[in-house]
Amino acid sequence: MSILAYNGAAMIGMAGDNCVGIAADTRLGAQAQTVACTFQKTFKISDTIFVGLAGLGSDVQTLSQTLKFRKNLYELKEERTMKPKVFSAMLSTLLYEKRFGPYFIEPIVCGLQDGVPFLSGMDLIGAPVFTDDFVVSGTCTANLFGTCESLYKPSQNPDELFETLSQCLLASVDRDALSGWGGVVHIITKEGVRTRELKGRQD
Amino acid sequence: MSEFLDQSTPSSAPSGFDFSLSHRNATLSSDSKSSINMVAKKTGTTIVGTVFDGGVVLGADTRATAGSEVADKFCEKIHYLAPNIYCCGAGTAADTEKTTELISSQLSLLRMSTQSPSRVVTACTMLKRMLFRYQGHVSAALVLGGCDISGPHVFQIYPHGSTGKLPYTTMGSGSLAAMSVFENEWKENMSESEAVDIVQKAITAGIFNDLGSGSNCDVTIIRLDGTVEIRRGALKENPVEPLRSMINRSSKFTMGKGTTAVLKDTFVKAKKGGEEDMVTD
Repeated sequence: MSILAYNGAAMIGMAGDNCVGIAADTRLGAQAQTVACTFQKTFKISDTIFVGLAGLGSDVQTLSQTLKFRKNLYELKEERTMKPKVFSAMLSTLLYEKRFGPYFIEPIVCGLQDGVPFLSGMDLIGAPVFTDDFVVSGTCTANLFGTCESLYKPSQNPDELFETLSQCLLASVDRDALSGWGGVVHIITKEGVRTRELKGRQD
Repeated sequence: MSEFLDQSTPSSAPSGFDFSLSHRNATLSSDSKSSINMVAKKTGTTIVGTVFDGGVVLGADTRATAGSEVADKFCEKIHYLAPNIYCCGAGTAADTEKTTELISSQLSLLRMSTQSPSRVVTACTMLKRMLFRYQGHVSAALVLGGCDISGPHVFQIYPHGSTGKLPYTTMGSGSLAAMSVFENEWKENMSESEAVDIVQKAITAGIFNDLGSGSNCDVTIIRLDGTVEIRRGALKENPVEPLRSMINRSSKFTMGKGTTAVLKDTFVKAKKGGEEDMVTD
């Protein structure tokens, strides 16, 4: 078993009409044994940037703190806010620097850049994928791709986006033993961030 | 440790690869057969390049794979190196992306110090030195093409750093399919449209005969007069839109508000005025 799949994870980033959403499960496992069902995998970097970190639990926490640190340092040095595209490039170089001894993380970045949805995904050594519909990551990417391909519609409003994201996530994790145990969905709009905790199966 | 060392002196830019996690990772994976190369994203690829009368044509497919899964259906594999030089990449996606980025940056510094346009041989030498230094571990297989003072040039560069200067070349998992087209149809002193036709046909051969290649065909034309034409999605043999629009979506697939059971709902207002507070927690 790959270290990437040791703790289990599932997450989706999806674009809507002037809004963007990120959904993730909350399980932390040690292979088949569930250790916690309130593990944080999505992190708010700024009002308009969220990052989802799927992979090894310890690296999720290390990287989330490093990213916040780097983002704060950038804003102090440059005296301007960091845009999602810049954040994504920073994360990519951060991962590629460790090309031969990587963090076991496959991240997704969701944000609003000047009010327009920004989505990117990466492998564990920082090869980026930019999309304008949805990105997925975790231990059940095949399931996630399947549900997203069939349920995604362009230009959804925040409420529609929430329902689509939630159903895509819940349907996918129910067919994956390593992820699930509840979920969390953040919907990012210009006005603010709406966070909802989902009721998921506990098996 | 390096995390502390690097960042305590933020003014010094980090340089080179960081091996600080290698020991930990070797310990972690001692009881499993996982390796980075197994899970990293690859560009199972068809990339080609050819010279013609007035310049160079480069071509690439647009599929990125992770194992047997298609990770990206419309990725860019023709990378910018200099205004007159572009480079197609096959192999590990991150390696092709970052290697070309690095050399592109070094070339622009060189242009500033020499006050003259970059030459294709220079780019080739810089790439091969970088790849040879890493003994094939940076797995980037490249087709380099461009025009300079000495005419149009196409080079192929292997991950271990060996290079070849050729009138036409193919690389990647679909290179055999693409080369069969070139060997059959290529001739000297072709016109631009003939060259573009052959390139598109070669990439299409890769798309349809190699499982690692797919989706669309990108073409970049670099002419001797200094103009560059980037045709992103020059051929779209596998369009998704008509297929998606054919799906007759049942109303059951549109979830009404309140379908999903929610345990907790919070709203955090965005700070106004652009100036944000630092994230502390």
